[in-house]
Amino acid sequence: MHFIFKTRYAQDINLFRHGGQTFWYAALALALVAAPWLLSEYTLSQVTFIGIYAIVCLGLMLLAGFTGQVSLGHAGFLAMGAYTEAYLQANGWPFIISLPMSALVAGITGIMIGLPALRVKGMYLSIATLAFGFILEEAVVQAESITGGNAGRQVGALIIGGINFDDGVNFYFLVTGIAVLCILGALNLLRSPTGRAFVAIRDSEVSAQSMGINLAHYKTTAFALSAALAGIAGALYAHKIRIITPDQFGFLQSIELLMMVVIGGLGSIQGAIFGPAFWFVVQQLIVTGKDWLPPAIGQQTGLQPTIFGIILIAIVLFEPMGLYGRWLKFRTFLEIFPFYRKGMFKRQKSYMKSERMK
Amino acid sequence: MTTPMLEAVNLSVQFGGLKAVNDVSFSVWPNEVFSLIGPNGAGKTTIFNLISALYRPTSGEVRFEGEVISRMPPHVVARHGIARTFQNIELFEHATVLQNLLVGRHCHRHTGWWQDMLFTGSVRRAELEFRRQVEEVIDFLDLQHYRDSMVAGLPYGVRKVVELARALSMRPRLLLLDEPSSGLNTEETEDMGFWIEDIKRDLGITVIMVEHDMGLVSRVSDRVLALNLGEVLTLGTPQEVQAHPGVIEAYLGGTADV
Repeated sequence: MHFIFKTRYAQDINLFRHGGQTFWYAALALALVAAPWLLSEYTLSQVTFIGIYAIVCLGLMLLAGFTGQVSLGHAGFLAMGAYTEAYLQANGWPFIISLPMSALVAGITGIMIGLPALRVKGMYLSIATLAFGFILEEAVVQAESITGGNAGRQVGALIIGGINFDDGVNFYFLVTGIAVLCILGALNLLRSPTGRAFVAIRDSEVSAQSMGINLAHYKTTAFALSAALAGIAGALYAHKIRIITPDQFGFLQSIELLMMVVIGGLGSIQGAIFGPAFWFVVQQLIVTGKDWLPPAIGQQTGLQPTIFGIILIAIVLFEPMGLYGRWLKFRTFLEIFPFYRKGMFKRQKSYMKSERMK
Repeated sequence: MTTPMLEAVNLSVQFGGLKAVNDVSFSVWPNEVFSLIGPNGAGKTTIFNLISALYRPTSGEVRFEGEVISRMPPHVVARHGIARTFQNIELFEHATVLQNLLVGRHCHRHTGWWQDMLFTGSVRRAELEFRRQVEEVIDFLDLQHYRDSMVAGLPYGVRKVVELARALSMRPRLLLLDEPSSGLNTEETEDMGFWIEDIKRDLGITVIMVEHDMGLVSRVSDRVLALNLGEVLTLGTPQEVQAHPGVIEAYLGGTADV
């Protein structure tokens, strides 16, 4: 087991706490760079999807996992990003500008949706965001001149500085690069006062206020950042899919995003990557496994949602910290082998919270 | 001492038909320990919530160093240098003790979220400085052992101290302690008493405290305000208040009809 002898406060601030971490993350970076030569074209395309979804999930994780504001309308922000990118690109804006614009448009929408969050809490907020998702989906259908309505909208080839990024490998590097930057940004945020303010709001709004945290300001910031990340992912998604239609950004998409985050593990950045990765792997397994099952089961229409539903229930029941929590336990098991005990991660149930202030 | 540190002027608050606090006035002078006592439902915690602006008074006002604070949002009141703890402990459960204390430094931050996102040099320097300041509090309250523990796994007594530490991390000028000894054993209560004395003497922080443990109250308080059913019974030294017939009656019930 690692025992870190700390001699400077900076050691608690640095992103990599010890040599082992630096080593493994360097290995991961190397694997990501080498991936195009190791993986088939199809697998690489799936990995690209994981990268795109990791960016949205990162945004949703900041909002739901760290600030405690559950959104059921995140597909709406994804749509804002995707359509902004498609529209601006068609009007000749270069990607370098249209991508930040997609983030900005989605971010501003996020602020508008975040404003009710200052008044409504918990489930009522989720319902408000749910309504937003429906309204936006309908708006996309209606605004045919910009979105192409139900027929969908074509997205042109992505060319930056003369290089065609529609090619699988180039696009993979673009997505991975942006995803890594977004993750670094989120990590930085979480090790600084803003991130702590988010966590404080999640755990106790009353005492966050009494510590001098401006609830309105930080909740709006969380919504804006979360939506902006979804906007960035949306822009990349548009280029990946090439034709975007309103039904891709429906209620089901929002639910899937939330499920990915919960499966990955609420309250951990790693969870925002584990979630979509797991999702795509299982999806692939279902597609492959279908042929092996008897046709009566394999050809059922609801097979995939059923399986994901069962997985979600199992996660909520047995591993509330999601895949990341499972990984933590496994890692501890290896680190302190053979001294791991079953109850090591059990915590005492929370003490009664003050009911008076609600 | 011309202006009091904190002044409540004809403070009243009404929830529906219930007058939780009815025309209460008092002044707290710099560098004293001022206790609020009274039976359950006397309005002690309500007064705390009025001071920290979580509630709005129906009439009357609260002044902090001459400035009316009862109409400000709670986070602005906190920035004026008023810190508080809660009766039932309101810590950030899923964060470490260190992170909880660092939140206490929040009102002293001067970087924006965009700087935080890039983790610029100024954010890094501020973080190191915050850490140094928080370590002083950790030393003061002997929390070294729990620095990296998650609050969710800590025993009740330690949580109480962590909450005090978080309030002290704000470097407040006025500290509101809501039942600092509730749920603590004799030894822990003893420690709490020492700390409150140290906070007043060494850190020069004014303390207002709601407390039921009369031993602790008479040990650390300079003055005591006794309340019953939202109204002031009496104000004076701990001995005077304890001997006051109205206080005895409020706690033990009337003697006439026995």
